[in-house]
Amino acid sequence: MAEHVVLRHREIPGLERLEVYLEHGGFEALRRAVTKTTPQEVIEEVKASGLRGRGGAGFPTGVKWSFLTPNVFPRYVVANADESEPGTFKDREILERNPFQFLEGVAICAYAAQAEVAYVYLRGEFWDVAQELDGHLASLRERGLLGKGLFGTEYNLAVHTHLGAGAYICGEETALLESLEGKLGQPRLRPPFPAAEGLYGKPTVINNVETLANLPPILARGAAWYRTMGTEKSPGTKVFSLSGKVVRPGNYELALGTTFRELIFSHGGGIPDGRKAKGILPAGASSVILPADERILDTPMDYEAVQAAGSALGSASVIVLDETTDLAWVAMKTSRFFKHESCGKCTPCREGTYWMLHLAERVERGEARLEDIDLLDTVARQIQGKCLCALGEFSTMPVVSAIASFRADFASRVADGR
Amino acid sequence: MSDLQVTLTIDGLRVTVPAGTLIVDAAKKAGIDIPVFCYHPKLEPVGMCRMCLVEIGRARRDRGTGQPVRGDDGEPVIDFSPKLETACTTAVGEGWVVRGLTEKAKAGRKEIVEFLLTSHPLDCPICDKGGECPLQNLTMAHGPGKSRFLHDEKARLAKHVPLGDLIVLDRERCIQCGRCVRFQEEIVGEPVIGFSQRGRGLEITTFSEPGFDSIFSGNTSDICPVGALTTTDFRFEARPWELRAAASICPHCPVGCNLTLNTRRQPDRDGQITVQRVMPRQNEMVNEIWICDKGRFAHHYAASPERLRRPMVRKSNALVEATWEEALARAAQGLRAAGGKVVGIAGGRASNEDLFNFRRLLEGVGGRAVLDEWMAGGDHAQKLGAGSKADLGSYGAGDAILVVAADLHEEAPIWWLRVRQAARRGAKIVVASALPTSLDPVANEIVRFPAGDAALAVLNVVHALTGDSTVEASAEPYEHAAAALRGAEDVLIFFGREGLDAAGSSALAGECATLLASLGCAGRARSGLIPVWPRSNTQGAWDMGLRPPSTGLKEALSDAKAAYVMAADPLRDDPGLAEALSGVDFLIVQELFLTDTARRAEVVFPAQAFTEREGSLTTGDRRVQRFYPSVPPMPEARADWRILAEVGNALGLALPGSSPAAVMLEIAASVPDYRGASYGELARVEAQWPIVGGDDLYYGGTAYRNEQGLGVKLVPAAERGEDFSLESHDLPVARERAPLMLLPVARLYDAGTTVGASEILRAHLEQASVALNPEDASRLGIGDREAVEVRWDGRVRRVNARVRDSVPPGLAIVPRSMSLELRGVRPVEVRRAE
Repeated sequence: MAEHVVLRHREIPGLERLEVYLEHGGFEALRRAVTKTTPQEVIEEVKASGLRGRGGAGFPTGVKWSFLTPNVFPRYVVANADESEPGTFKDREILERNPFQFLEGVAICAYAAQAEVAYVYLRGEFWDVAQELDGHLASLRERGLLGKGLFGTEYNLAVHTHLGAGAYICGEETALLESLEGKLGQPRLRPPFPAAEGLYGKPTVINNVETLANLPPILARGAAWYRTMGTEKSPGTKVFSLSGKVVRPGNYELALGTTFRELIFSHGGGIPDGRKAKGILPAGASSVILPADERILDTPMDYEAVQAAGSALGSASVIVLDETTDLAWVAMKTSRFFKHESCGKCTPCREGTYWMLHLAERVERGEARLEDIDLLDTVARQIQGKCLCALGEFSTMPVVSAIASFRADFASRVADGR
Repeated sequence: MSDLQVTLTIDGLRVTVPAGTLIVDAAKKAGIDIPVFCYHPKLEPVGMCRMCLVEIGRARRDRGTGQPVRGDDGEPVIDFSPKLETACTTAVGEGWVVRGLTEKAKAGRKEIVEFLLTSHPLDCPICDKGGECPLQNLTMAHGPGKSRFLHDEKARLAKHVPLGDLIVLDRERCIQCGRCVRFQEEIVGEPVIGFSQRGRGLEITTFSEPGFDSIFSGNTSDICPVGALTTTDFRFEARPWELRAAASICPHCPVGCNLTLNTRRQPDRDGQITVQRVMPRQNEMVNEIWICDKGRFAHHYAASPERLRRPMVRKSNALVEATWEEALARAAQGLRAAGGKVVGIAGGRASNEDLFNFRRLLEGVGGRAVLDEWMAGGDHAQKLGAGSKADLGSYGAGDAILVVAADLHEEAPIWWLRVRQAARRGAKIVVASALPTSLDPVANEIVRFPAGDAALAVLNVVHALTGDSTVEASAEPYEHAAAALRGAEDVLIFFGREGLDAAGSSALAGECATLLASLGCAGRARSGLIPVWPRSNTQGAWDMGLRPPSTGLKEALSDAKAAYVMAADPLRDDPGLAEALSGVDFLIVQELFLTDTARRAEVVFPAQAFTEREGSLTTGDRRVQRFYPSVPPMPEARADWRILAEVGNALGLALPGSSPAAVMLEIAASVPDYRGASYGELARVEAQWPIVGGDDLYYGGTAYRNEQGLGVKLVPAAERGEDFSLESHDLPVARERAPLMLLPVARLYDAGTTVGASEILRAHLEQASVALNPEDASRLGIGDREAVEVRWDGRVRRVNARVRDSVPPGLAIVPRSMSLELRGVRPVEVRRAE
């Protein structure tokens, strides 16, 4: 097992307290960055580390920062703490148990982006987390670790928390910006991308909580050290949120490239009662569902390999289905989720998720005819490639892949006549 | 938009358009239809409905040289994106290939229509939009023929949701395109409707109190691509294909919005042909494709049962119906007996033809014709008015607009809307007024002055501009205003009559002319003065040679033996005239209604409404425009110009009486500015952008295409290079001061002859009231809504008080339509009524 990079609190009791965090070298990375290096040097170091966005898209973090429109100020940094993907619960653990490493990461990112204001956008249900963070931010300000003239330099930084109102779509970065501006949470057209026109129309960096929490160790120990973990193209560790039909669900921080088998069986304790794994959702509800055959179980969990296997690593919320799980039921559950969470801005997602749910429920109720399965498949495919943002596309993945790989589960519903 | 041209291929056709043009617009300009729902050429693209999906192929470029890469066949290599893309959000690129007719693209369109129809109620047979519905048309063109969606699984939603008292929402029909929301945000800047909820539950809602509190709300029903938004005026009244269309001009304000009146034979009115609805008709230089709610909904007066039906003559002290012969003979007799001591009073809502004949008749009998108005500046507009190319739609960065002593939102709403758009495009806006106006939020500079001191304020700007040292101490706002105007290429100056009497108004017009000249903009084609007249054709009246009586109506009537009143109700506007009128032996009135003035007449002629006849009106920025008949006239009513010709005939005067076109020929022959304004010229059209109506209604909306005339823009003397010196005016002087000054203001929905008759607007009518600042109110011990007595110049009125933060201290504000004998600001006392 690789060492913990972002879940360091598992080894260091009390790390959620500022004193403890400082005793363990906290804010030294930020101090060095602000006092000894230029923002560009920070960006180069992060680029060199190969860190990729942990929110789902896996885009190289340093490269994303370098897209900021030059010489346009003010700039903003936004931490995406809208953790809403079903099966994802890694950011919450970081925010609750290792909050200062995350906040130091926010500050490093802000310095690199030359932003003097950063926002932490939390999903509405994280109100207690927000309250704790507000307390942490106050103590950082008291210590002079946030505010005017950091470490005796000219650099100022203010960090604010902002609670969403409970919408999955606000995890999509442009919908998040709309919501942060006080508007209805709906995605924007892209381009322009946030790096050019983000919050309040200004150049903006948006990074996931886990991504930001990786920054202090990377700066403290160097890009080369970071690359000793993980794979060539997917360096570092990743927090895998393991759930579903496993003995020990939970967060596991492992090197990228660890196989599904190792995660599920070595760390997760396997499937309860010795049942067989049937399918895997590697990226929560937004997944192409992989059949849990031997080839898939031996697939390394990095961005490239999971994609080559036909799905995507996404936020690495691994949901395991066993042989007792009915995939028609899964398709109905994911459809219900996406129908509920569709923002309604674009037609295919708004109408398509509504239609998919009706069909999936019909199958689930045993009232469907055989051609309804094909219709469900057609409707899902009809959504694909037409949506304004990725959410609409995501909604189709579990449905299309479930029908493709587990058609019998659907057909039996029809045959049963239940 | 840039000067750089880009050539691309759309559906096999080579199209060249300016760089930056969106693919959907480039296609439309080339006559290619790319279907849209959410896109509207007047709104920012949002790419929501996904209907405009096309295949886009981009010319591959060499990364090093930037040059197009050519294949083995020598043709440029085109890379097609694997996904369909939205043509409404993508700007054209050189050498691109856009395909909307491939199987893939056609399937995309079909599938989007199918999605839209899953939740749509398909209640076309009972839908007001049926027949002119983009969803219906695009379904026929692109949609699947058969539904795969179970009827029972359709969303069932509320079908009668009043957003306000004028607009009703059908939630089932709404396709969430957001055109209405974006219109209110982007075009109007009154964001009173929006989306709430999400997903299939996403719905339009209003968050103003009262609901949909915007005077432009009706336009949302024109651009709504489905039957979701309907007006309470037209809802359930008729099917679009039953309607006939007639071109008209809005008679309510000096903007002169081009209209189409839709009519139908009405079963519940004995088969009479009546106006079913008023629609905007495109004139990009006047109203684009918009109209205000007053123009859309206040038409009912023309069909009011209260209209005068027959001529009336006074017999044994009572007005009784008479034949035309009898009435004409009585009128002629009365005019003859006056021996030249005749005063004609005409209102600015009469047409040019009416006013021309009016003046001819009055001068023919040795009398004189005056304008029922005291606001000055018509001659200034003739000399320094808006130039031949002065189009608000072209105003933007580098231009400036000054609005002084007028609240365009209340007095000329479409000018307000277009000035606001100019501000969005970067034009500098300066607002100078005594009261806050709805233009203030977009103004670069705001000059506040004591009510009545408008001319002085403009003089101060002139002084600041010329560096004259006579600027008063608090010069800063004037300096700022001058700075904002100084650098501008072109300047438009709108001037009104807020707080002004005749002298003040004349001084203001003069100072505005001086300012325009000081800015070096006199005679420029895109610059000029625009009077914000209280009536639609006041400028036309000036052009026809009518003037406000220099010493007031009362004085003008003092030695008159006969008076002739047309399209005016001077007695209602000023009850104090009663005495002067009773001194006149013989009064003739031609009108739509038995007005206060008409009740005292010896002869009353029933005039035709604007819906029943032809004529022309001249806008405040001096565009002459034709209106056409839309409904048959009431059997015994006659057009004003014709009545005048017949009276003239009875007196042996030869006035043009065969047709309004004949009157216009005479006008063209005798009024130099109108030389080219024949009816043929007025009816000329040219292609306009965006394309609206007909087969393109999915694109621009149901506003009507203009096929009946864009009008003729008159060229002011200064632009023609002629002498534009004006009679010298008195220098403005500061008003008399008192702790509380009474200020009459114009309101959009005034309680006048032409608005009060529309029941649909009754709730919006301005009530008689006096508005006070909370401080003044508390000092006077007056509470909101309390009955008060208003005393000024020895007169007294009892009304209800309104206590409003928006009222500046020291002012008591009353609506003009309250019938006060009041021009400028006057010292006033307000006290609680006993």
